[in-house]
Amino acid sequence: MNAALKAAQTALNAIILGKEAQLRLALTCLIARGHLLIEDIPGVGKTTLALALAKVLGLDFQRVQFTSDLLPADILGVSIFEQASSSFRFHPGPVFAQIMLADEVNRASPKTQSALLEAMEERQVTAEGETRRLPEPFFVIATQNPAHQIGVFPLPESQLDRFLMRLSLGYPPVVAERALLMDRDRRDLLSELAPSLRAAELLELQAQARDVKTSPALVEYLLALLRATREHAGLRQGLSPRAGLALRRAAQAFALIDGRSAVIPEDVQAVFVPCVSHRLMPANEADGGAPTAEEILASVAIP
Amino acid sequence: MLPRPALTDYLPHRTLLRLLAVLLVVIAPHLWRLPWWEGAAVVSLVVWRGLASSRQWGLPPRFLKLMLAIAAFIGVYSVFGRVTGQNAGIALLVLMLALKLTEMRSRRDVMVVVFLMYFLLATHFLYSQEMWTIAYLFMSVIAITSVLVDVHHPGEPLPLRTSLRLGGRLILHSLPLMVLFFVLFPRIPGPIWGLPADAGPTRSGLSDSMTPGDISSLILSSEIAFRVRFEGAPPPKKLLYWRGPVFREFNGRSWNQSTQDLMDRTWPVAELSGEPTRYEITLEPMRNRWLFALDLPDPRQLPMQSRIDRMATVVVDAPVIERRLIRWASFTSYVLEPELRPRDRERDTRLPPGSNPRATALAQSWRTQGMGDAQIVDAALTMFREQPFYYTLEPPRLGTHSADEFIFDTRRGFCEHYSSAFAVLMRAAGVPTRVVTGYQGMEANAYGGYYLVRQSDAHAWNEVWLEGRGWVRVDPTSMIPPSRIESSALEAMAGNEARDRLGSLERAKYLLEARWDWANARWNEWVLGYGPEMQKEFLSRFGIERQRQMLLVLTAGITLALLLVGWVAIRRAIPPRVTERALLLWRAAAKRLAKSGYVQRPDEGPRDFVDRVVSREPGLFEPLHTVLDAYLRLRYSGEQSPTLEHEFAAAVKRIRRV
Repeated sequence: MNAALKAAQTALNAIILGKEAQLRLALTCLIARGHLLIEDIPGVGKTTLALALAKVLGLDFQRVQFTSDLLPADILGVSIFEQASSSFRFHPGPVFAQIMLADEVNRASPKTQSALLEAMEERQVTAEGETRRLPEPFFVIATQNPAHQIGVFPLPESQLDRFLMRLSLGYPPVVAERALLMDRDRRDLLSELAPSLRAAELLELQAQARDVKTSPALVEYLLALLRATREHAGLRQGLSPRAGLALRRAAQAFALIDGRSAVIPEDVQAVFVPCVSHRLMPANEADGGAPTAEEILASVAIP
Repeated sequence: MLPRPALTDYLPHRTLLRLLAVLLVVIAPHLWRLPWWEGAAVVSLVVWRGLASSRQWGLPPRFLKLMLAIAAFIGVYSVFGRVTGQNAGIALLVLMLALKLTEMRSRRDVMVVVFLMYFLLATHFLYSQEMWTIAYLFMSVIAITSVLVDVHHPGEPLPLRTSLRLGGRLILHSLPLMVLFFVLFPRIPGPIWGLPADAGPTRSGLSDSMTPGDISSLILSSEIAFRVRFEGAPPPKKLLYWRGPVFREFNGRSWNQSTQDLMDRTWPVAELSGEPTRYEITLEPMRNRWLFALDLPDPRQLPMQSRIDRMATVVVDAPVIERRLIRWASFTSYVLEPELRPRDRERDTRLPPGSNPRATALAQSWRTQGMGDAQIVDAALTMFREQPFYYTLEPPRLGTHSADEFIFDTRRGFCEHYSSAFAVLMRAAGVPTRVVTGYQGMEANAYGGYYLVRQSDAHAWNEVWLEGRGWVRVDPTSMIPPSRIESSALEAMAGNEARDRLGSLERAKYLLEARWDWANARWNEWVLGYGPEMQKEFLSRFGIERQRQMLLVLTAGITLALLLVGWVAIRRAIPPRVTERALLLWRAAAKRLAKSGYVQRPDEGPRDFVDRVVSREPGLFEPLHTVLDAYLRLRYSGEQSPTLEHEFAAAVKRIRRV
């Protein structure tokens, strides 16, 4: 099982060069049954990452480019009257894929956004009075452009919370970029990629991640971190219990990828920033008094 | 000589500026009372300190500081003639506090300055205990406490609002304790605390002798002498004579109290009749040794630490330097000393030989006409009423024979002149007479249901002794009809009648003043008037009858509160004892590594720490990885294995010093 996981990581690293840490976190997110928000400028490989993940894990993939006129039905699916059977037939939307890339999610209207986010949370879709389960595994990668732009609907805080992690890829390092420029086109490489894991194996990994041990000493550390965000004067509110659970889930998955059966503080530290940074609300936007997730992490002693 | 080191402040510049500003606020009220050079020195020291910090000037060398301190002592001594006592002591304290700025460098110095500011703040009480003073002190205490907060705040100074809010909250937390102490701490009657002789606010008031001109300065002062609240209806205006010091020694010019009288501890005989008038007086501190009461206070119901003297004035053992609430019962109908002792008769008819010959002749002519004592009194009063005597606050100066010149030449004067001249006439005719000073009349406050007696109500009148009637009050000044009162004097004396004719703006101002005085009266009554009597009464409502009991309750309460606070603090401060074997072993390992200079950061995970050490000290790879593996398995994987613990302990011992 772990060999397959290693192979998947190697394959991914061959496609997206110089981003081992981010790829590992993306994989962690997937194994922790969370959804991923990538916040980055266009062209750094967000779509390629999503495609590569789908390919390596042997999952089917759908991509939706979000625009302001996108309707919920465009994502969830719609019932169409078929003359042959003279009945309505449900045509599932892109959300019924195992990996869905929601590109520029903040361009869609709040109505569409919440339709997607609801589906993400419930892992099911209710259309025309019928509830349909989404496939397992189900993983949404949403991207958004961080620069301030006209005509975007920023995701509200409550919906940001639905994403287990927020990552940004950033520019590749020079060595990786040189290789990228000299090598063949990434899309060609993608098409040659063989799946390293089957969907059933992935589900098995997700189940294993839930069994990774979190000792009382580690729970104390998690509590100390949560308390630090709640007691800090620079933050409007601290992390919610849901954020605490998410943090534990991510740390468990991270430990699993590392080949361990127990979480250690380093796992928590590795996932803390991507899990938490989009959940911290500064008390006062104007002054720079709010701490970053990194500062919180550095201020809390490991018990 | 070595160059002096540039100034490196313990405090950030902004915090220092705040401290200096608060210092000025705390000193400000004293500046008006201090000599001008001292104010200038203090302000320039503060300004210099602010500039020294921003421009990195050095602090002065030791000998210069010593010279400044000596100069401060000399300066204060040259002005006050002493370096102790209220005024000189405070002058010295203010100077020394400002001089402390020249050596404020370390944390300890800053704390000294902060606590001196608290101390200095308390000295304002020696001058004023008015409501606005309390408001000012409250603000200042908050400001000082916020400085204290700033001083203890590491790194960047807090925003001003945050530290002020924190300071305010600390003060608010301490309020309940303050109220508790105020209510329960034993009140000590009078200033037993050895307040210096010049303590207390300086106020005008009646003096212990009467020379023409004394009272006229009072009449122009609208300062309040005391406030009165009656239990029932106030007595009619003609009885409103507030008795103060009585004079019976005349030297031809001024009236005095004799030492003989001051030593005399006997009481006068008084026959009291009718129902007493009951009332409360809040007396302003005038540094006098007497209390004012309506004629005649009941000698059986005198306030604490007071007695009634031979002339029926209530005197106290120590001068009144704090505002005092006094309950009185006075009998307006009385016979004071029905029998006059022969030696008193002799003294109360004595005049300096050869003085005032014309007045003496006039008085003796009345006697030779065969008039009785009462008729002679009437004759003199009739003279004042019918002859062209005028009431004025600007009388001509009088020479040696003051009564003669007043009665026959100038005929212009005010109560002192009339009472003095009247007494001379009576004594010349052989009628025992003395001069009484005090206050006459009162003014109602529009809000409080109480009355004000101001310094402008100061008055002097006479008492004559008549057979069968004892000492009878006679007010010669009241004989002058209003038409013969000069307008300036009329204005000064304008009482309640004049208020009705005021314009609307003046009326509003008057009402505002009345409201303010009403608030002040409440303050005096409930806060400043909370003396031993009131405390006893208040506490007896809760069944605490004796001071011993109260002290016991207070001590027990405070001890319990402190114990509770201490217990909570200790419980919080002491970390729970570690019993987990894996953690103890890990700490032992970390301790060994710390000896080689590898200290685990608090936020550093065990694996990261081991990786960091091993990357620098590959020789430690084996023991450290055994330690790490054992630690992670025991502490985070939940394994329980004595053999593993044993290996762990052995591996820890293998960590050498590098």
